[in-house]
Amino acid sequence: MSQIIIEDLIKRFRVSERDAGMWGAIRGIVKRRYHTIDALDGVSFSIESGELVGYIGPNGAGKSTTVKVMSGILVPDAGRCEILGRVPWRNRTEHVSRIGVVFGQRTQLWWDLPVIESFDLLRDIYRIPRAEYATNRDEFIAVLNIEGCLDVPVRQLSLGQRMRCDLAAALLHSPDILFLDEPTIGMDAVSKLAFREFIKQFNQERGTTVILTTHDMDDIEVICDRVMIINDGKIVSDGTLDELRRRVSLERRLVVELVDNVIEPTIHPLANLANRDGRRIHIQFDPHQISAADLIAHATSQNQVQDLFVENPPIEETIARIYKDQAT
Amino acid sequence: MLDSLFIYRRFLAVSLRAQMQYKASFLMQLGGRLIITAGEFMAILVLFDRFDSLIGWNVYQVAFIYGIVNISFAVADAMTTGFDLFGDMVKTGDFDRILIRPRSTALQLAGQELTLRRISRLTPGLVALTWAAMNLDLNWTFANASLLMVSVAGGASLFAGLIVLQATLAFWTTETLEMMNTLTYGGVETTQYPINIYRPWFRNFFTFGIPLATVSYFPALAIMGTPDPLGTPLWFQYIAPAIGIAFLIGSLQVWRIGVRHYLSTGS
Amino acid sequence: MISYWAIVSARFRSLLQYRSAALAGLVTQIVWGMIRVMIFQAFYSSTNAEQPMDGSDVETYIWLGQAFLAALPWNIDTDLRSLIRSGGIGYELIRPVDLYTYWLSRALSWRTAPMVMRAIPLLIFAFVVMGMSPPVSWAAAAAFFVSMCAAILLSSAITTFLNVTMLWTITGDGVTQMTFGLVLIFSGMLVPLPLYPDWSQPIINAMPFRGLVDTPYRLYLGHIPVSEFAGVLAHQLVWILAFIVAGRLAMARALRRVVVQGG
Repeated sequence: MSQIIIEDLIKRFRVSERDAGMWGAIRGIVKRRYHTIDALDGVSFSIESGELVGYIGPNGAGKSTTVKVMSGILVPDAGRCEILGRVPWRNRTEHVSRIGVVFGQRTQLWWDLPVIESFDLLRDIYRIPRAEYATNRDEFIAVLNIEGCLDVPVRQLSLGQRMRCDLAAALLHSPDILFLDEPTIGMDAVSKLAFREFIKQFNQERGTTVILTTHDMDDIEVICDRVMIINDGKIVSDGTLDELRRRVSLERRLVVELVDNVIEPTIHPLANLANRDGRRIHIQFDPHQISAADLIAHATSQNQVQDLFVENPPIEETIARIYKDQAT
Repeated sequence: MLDSLFIYRRFLAVSLRAQMQYKASFLMQLGGRLIITAGEFMAILVLFDRFDSLIGWNVYQVAFIYGIVNISFAVADAMTTGFDLFGDMVKTGDFDRILIRPRSTALQLAGQELTLRRISRLTPGLVALTWAAMNLDLNWTFANASLLMVSVAGGASLFAGLIVLQATLAFWTTETLEMMNTLTYGGVETTQYPINIYRPWFRNFFTFGIPLATVSYFPALAIMGTPDPLGTPLWFQYIAPAIGIAFLIGSLQVWRIGVRHYLSTGS
Repeated sequence: MISYWAIVSARFRSLLQYRSAALAGLVTQIVWGMIRVMIFQAFYSSTNAEQPMDGSDVETYIWLGQAFLAALPWNIDTDLRSLIRSGGIGYELIRPVDLYTYWLSRALSWRTAPMVMRAIPLLIFAFVVMGMSPPVSWAAAAAFFVSMCAAILLSSAITTFLNVTMLWTITGDGVTQMTFGLVLIFSGMLVPLPLYPDWSQPIINAMPFRGLVDTPYRLYLGHIPVSEFAGVLAHQLVWILAFIVAGRLAMARALRRVVVQGG
């Protein structure tokens, strides 16, 4: 059975509208007008143990709402949500002791305390056995390179250091599932790389399921095997990164660097010139009509080629296209 | 239960250590609070110096009641700082952080912070109570001593219950809750004097509505062996503090309803 | 002068926005006043001896205290505090105004706006429902008005002094609490000053805090006759001047330190 089962999840929020001014405020006390927002409009998916899932969508699409439901801090209006065989909000404490959550925006460490004391306190809150705690703590300190942060109060850490400490804190109790809500926001490049590397490695070693929401497509490309896209409260795409690309556009590009700046390079009739940048030309083609190998053979035989490579369209473009297709 | 006590103690230790990081500020605040609370007690002494009696009550009797109420409030106030700050936690979304931990929300909030400077109120309370007890010629039977303990516990529970209720409102409204402070601080101000000096409607509000007088005034009468000018029977004066504990239990139930509401609205 | 007026009026308008807080504060202070009135009535009903101030005067004194409570120097400017914490105080230094005067103007509006919001409805309530008495004479009313303005200025000068101490202590909470403790005890807020023991009267009268509460209220009641107005006003003004000088000196020292540290 799947570790996470989500079926037809529905969540509507009522947002009160208030008229401007003093009179509006008074009228608002007597009679409020509301409009509803469908944050989740029939979301379904299931996730197997050990998967690395990226969960993306524009702001307000329902990402955080889904994560909140899955972490047991929001009750949906309808639908089924079963995680590790439990309904999160019915057994909140049992549920949350098996998951780890990292919110990129705020820390769950104690602001005025040295990091190590936060860790010790979490050990007692989660009732982690001493031996397990010691092993985990020492491993994370080494791998995440936070040795130097341990005696520093959290408020004095840089964002990158703090996030690495937060990640360690969320994993001390060896959760089965890890939720990362925009973890790399505002992080410096070095910390980002270390962070991604750690997640991948941790998943491979321990088989922990990871669900990651982010706006950073590099996160997705490096970490995730599977990508789910939510828009307007509905899952609009769910599959591997390659499947996602294929679904949206079959189009790929061959970039050719010519030896000379020829005026009219010869291009295969089944492909066409996307754009040109001096000696460098971008050829657009559909792999169903002509294989990359044939196109390369044609290009090298007809032109004097110095260098060439095949390119996927950037993931941002792919995603943007999916949102656009949805809108129309 | 034992485990909860253990984790509560751990929370408190952490909170105290955090406060000790700002030692100078802490000491100044403690000093400031001491001046304010000592001033309030001094005001009573000043008035008795002018007026000799308060409708038949002497200064020691009033000091005794003052002591019980202020000790109760000091304990409750220090232990519920987390609830006091709760409105902001809802606004900033920090309450989510409490929800993703495998412990009861009320326990985590109570352990969130034990504000030491709030204990400063304890000092004039203890001084007043001791001074009154030495001058009042009290009969320290086992029953009376336990009644004093229970009375403080009942008072602290009642104040804590009020503060929890006040925090619970933050689940429904973001409006300022300054008005609720009238109940807590106004309650302290009111009940540190014998309740019979007030007009009946006011007296009844703090006896039956928010039973703050019930948990301090009546047991104090029983301990002092003073018959109640309002005519309540002795047995009632003995069981009165239990009402405070019942009130806290009730408040925590309402709190639970608030948490459920939060879970379904997420706001 | 025009720029200071702009500062005062802009802050005034922004402070007036917190209407619901003002309403809550109003209810709180009415209840508070009622509790205190009942306590004093009980004390007065327990004695036949002649008192330095009669019972109905004490009630009016209490209602005035509730009405003008927000004008007391009871807190520090939280906006300034976050400015100091974040280091944004540097920008304050490059404004083309004298910093001390600017801070004093801020404090003046900070003290006045919430007070006006509460004082008027509370006084109406006290007159209509609680039977508070009007000033004893037109002269007393005028003396009260002038002295009340001086009280607000004194409160603002003390507030500014507290704000300046934040340049050292960052939070400022401790100093503020200690000062407010002294204000409560020695201004007349807790117990009208004439009720304090006779031996303590000279000490209390020399201190600055009576100028915040006791002086204007007793002028209102005629408890200080109008003939003594000049003397008590001079007392207020001397202390206003003292706090302004102290505040300016402290600020100059603090800023020198800030500049030296490059902070």
